[in-house]
Order: sequence, then C-alpha cells, then structure tokens
Amino acid sequence: MTMAERFALSRWTIKVAILIACMAVPLVVQSNYAMRVIIYIYLYIVLALGLNVVMGFTGLLNIGHAAFYAMGAYTTAILMTGYGLSFWWTVPIGMGLGVLMGLAIGFPTLRLRDDYLAMVTLGFGQIVYIVANNWMSLTRGPRGIPAIPAPTFELFDWRFVIDNYTRYYYLILFFVALTIFACVRVRDSRVGLAWMAIREDEDVAAVMGIHLGFYKTLAFAFSAALGALAGSFFSVFQSFVSPNSFTILESVVIVTIPILGGLGSIPGTIVGAVLMIGLPEVFRSASEYRMVAVGAFMVLMMILKPEGLFGKKLFQTTYKV
Amino acid sequence: MSLLSVKSLTKVFGGLTAVDKFDLQVTAGEIVGIIGPNGSGKTTFFNVLTGMVAANGGEIYLEGVKDNLLTRKTHEIIACGISRTFQNQRPFNNLSVLENVMVGGHCRTKAGILSALLALPGGRREKRQLMDQALEVMGLFGDRLISMKDRPAWTLSYANRRRLEIARALVSRPKLLLLDEPTAGMNPAESMQMVDKILEINKRGVAVLVIEHDMNFIKKLCHRVVALDYGQKIVEGSFSEVRNHPKVIEAYLGKD
Repeated sequence: MTMAERFALSRWTIKVAILIACMAVPLVVQSNYAMRVIIYIYLYIVLALGLNVVMGFTGLLNIGHAAFYAMGAYTTAILMTGYGLSFWWTVPIGMGLGVLMGLAIGFPTLRLRDDYLAMVTLGFGQIVYIVANNWMSLTRGPRGIPAIPAPTFELFDWRFVIDNYTRYYYLILFFVALTIFACVRVRDSRVGLAWMAIREDEDVAAVMGIHLGFYKTLAFAFSAALGALAGSFFSVFQSFVSPNSFTILESVVIVTIPILGGLGSIPGTIVGAVLMIGLPEVFRSASEYRMVAVGAFMVLMMILKPEGLFGKKLFQTTYKV
Repeated sequence: MSLLSVKSLTKVFGGLTAVDKFDLQVTAGEIVGIIGPNGSGKTTFFNVLTGMVAANGGEIYLEGVKDNLLTRKTHEIIACGISRTFQNQRPFNNLSVLENVMVGGHCRTKAGILSALLALPGGRREKRQLMDQALEVMGLFGDRLISMKDRPAWTLSYANRRRLEIARALVSRPKLLLLDEPTAGMNPAESMQMVDKILEINKRGVAVLVIEHDMNFIKKLCHRVVALDYGQKIVEGSFSEVRNHPKVIEAYLGKD
C-alpha cells in the first residue's frame, strides 16, 4: 500500500467511525433536554454550511441568511397546515422557493461588494421578517402558525410518524449528511473553484473567464436551498413558527458560526456550530452571565486565531505591536 | 490576415486620454513589444483589450471571432483566445498553485453544479484532464511551480508568482498572450531565462504582446516594437529603429 492509499483508507475509516458515532447518539443520550440541544446544533450546522457557501467559498457577506430559513419554515408550515400537504413535498417546494428568493437577492446585488452587500442583505433579512410579521392572511403575523403536524411516512397500511426526539434526530442527521455531501462535492468541483477565485479577486476571476453574475447568483441560490431545508425541519420539529424565530439576531448567530470555525472550512463550520449553540447551554447555570462567557470566548478567538479554528492561514500582512 | 487588429482604440479617464486612437496589427506567431514611459497607456491598452475597462471608441478584431471584441463581456474574452498576466501580480492568494493554474482552464471546461452534485463521470474526467493540462503547463518552468503545487500562492517568491500567472494564462490555450512586465522584480539571470521561456511558448504557436521596461529583454525577445507616449503610438518598427528614434528618446528623456 502506498502512503496515499493508506491515507485515503484512514480518512474513510475516520468518516465511517464518525457516522457510526453520530448514529449511536440517541442510544447513549437519555435526557430529552440534551437531545434537543444536539438537534439544534445539527440544525445550525445545516444553516451555517449553507451560509458558508456564500461567505466562505464565494466571499460575499450575507447578514440575512435567516430570510431563507424563514422561507423554508413558512413554506412547510403553511402547506402542511393549510393544504394538508405531506412534509416530504414541502421540503423540495420550500427549497425551490428558497432558490427563487436566493436569485431575488443575488441578482440585484451583483455589483455590490463587501460592506455595501452586507447592508443590502441585512435589509433583505429585515424585509422578510417584516413581511412575515404583517402578512396576516398568509402567516398569521406575530401569532404564528401553530399545530404543524409531524412528518409521516405512509406506504400502504404501514405508517411511520416522526414524533419523538430520537426520530427527529435521525431526520436531521440525514439532512446534515446530505448537506455536507453536497457542500464537499460542489467545493471540489469546477463550480467551487470558480467561487473561490471570485472570493480571492473578482476582477481577475472575470478576466479568467468566470461569469461573475452567474456564479454569484448560483452561490446565493445554493445557499438559500440549504437554508430553506433547515427551515422546513425547524417547522415540524417546533410544530410552531412565528416571525420571532427569524429576527436579525438569528442571522447574526448564523454568520458567527462559519467565522468562528474558519471561513470556507466545512469541518470548521461544523465545530463552530457545536460551540456557538452548545456553549450557551453548557453555561446555562450561569444564567444571564452565560452570554458574557460566550462573548469572552469569541473575543479570545479573534485575538488568538483570527482565521477561525479550522481556517487556513490567510494571506495578510501582520504587524507585531 | 492578421491575428489581432486594433483600430483607432480610445480610452478616456475623465479629462485624460489614456489610449488615443491607437492602431495595432499583430500577425499569428509574432512577438510584439510595447514600450513607453510610465503612464503612457500600455497597461490601459491591455485592460481594454481584456475587457477589464470599457473603451470609449474604436474596434478590436481577433482572428476567428466575427464581431468587435469591445462588444464582448469581460469573461467572454479569454474563450476567444486572449489571456493575460498582471503587472501588479494578482494570483489567487489563498488558492493552491495548482488550483490557480486550473482556474485558467475555466473557459475550456463545462461541468455545472448538477454534474458536481451527482459526480457525473463527464465532470470528473474533465477535472482530471484539466489537472493534467495544468501540470503540463507548469512543467514549462521545470520544477519551480510543480514542486510548490499544493502550497498557497501567497507563499511563492516574487519571480514564481510571475511564472504562476503565465501558467494560469496559458492553460486557457490562448492565441494571443499578453504579458504585463513579466520580469519586473527579477534579477538579470532570471530575466534571460524568462526570454527563453517566452520563446518556447511562442514556438508552440502563441503570439505574444509584451509590455516591458527592460530594453535588453525587449531586444532579445521581440520581432517588432511599438512605442507609446500619452496614449498614442509614436513609433513602430524593429528594436533598433525604435530604440534610437528621436521621438522615443524625447518621450523618455524630454527635449533639450
């Protein structure tokens, strides 16, 4: 066996081991509270990996990712409660509408860069929040949509309802696996390379034949689809959605995760989600002070490892002070 | 018929005419040097030619392309057969050397997002082929780039970054290669090596337009030299004709 083969084999072993460990979680964790926290961590992994496509791969700052999340959540909530559609139909529909929304934000902002793009996406997130809060006939406004049914598999007489934490855990684990798989494949493809070239220097990327408009819009669309996927899950898991779940604070938390983990890094984003969602729970005993602990941790991170936990050492001039 | 024909090209920045009714013909397989003092419009000419800035007037025709290149979008130019390097070195800093070169082949590949998600065999084959081509082009510079292929581009030396940019431009299989000061920052020995490399590229049928201040380099390399001043072509001809032309001396040194 050559070194490369041995390396590839050990990487496979690690992947399979991680998957088995993840599968075994509900067998080990008994408390409902802990399961709930873990499910939320997984949910944020899907959200943050989706955002990572736009921010980490393509280098476009998006502070409105919760808009796509809301799109998925409301699509599932409205179609399931109002029209009796199966959850499995609402997921692709939600993702499709998310893609349209991604195009709607991606296309008009093509000419914007950096801070200006951040401002527009921030506003976009707010618009979606305000629409959800005020379109009474569709979203019921601040009262939210309650009693969203649990996802069900039906095959002839056989019926399987996802109605406890263990089952929800496997559902979100499946979504996480799907997301990681999609992100890795696209990152390692021609499309991923084009995105990263845009991130590094968009003028040169254009001269090298990369259609900036197409690839930036594609990044937004892909990211939005993953955001909507997370939203659909959130909807059935909570069985209630209201605009309060999609505030600007939500977008900010999602933005923090890939930055903390290392922009562009998939394992980094996953670890970032574990820390950002897990840490506040660990410090729950400290009640109000727990956000101080999380804040202190983030400040420390930015001083000690500004490129993020798993980030590549980036090209930058450093001054010793 | 000539490979490239530029007619009456004009670019104005505010009140400054950076390129002024510039005409140029390049025949296939030719190496043409562009000289001129700083600010004479050489790089602006390259920027207009590659679509980075829009021209104010004129026409550019390239062999095999029917319409005026000025009507093409920036990203379409490279597929027509013109690719370039940059004076102020612009590799994709956080991408590996190999990835940098592979980006140059973007216009010659097609795989889209579905192909990536489903890992279709066509897309995988295309990626492997592009990687092989990238390595082959990098091989032009011996081991200098290949030994660094997995390192991020920002870790390369100044001279290697110039070589990287040339490799990146070549993967797109251009008919015309634009080199903007390819030896700036290199020592004389490296400059002379660069002459050999460019001649080697030229032998494969690529025409070259090169901007350079190093007269020795221009003399060794170019079949023809064009001198610019204030955006206008002042002299065109062989190196010795241009070098000693009173207008060129005046442009560089001023009048008595």
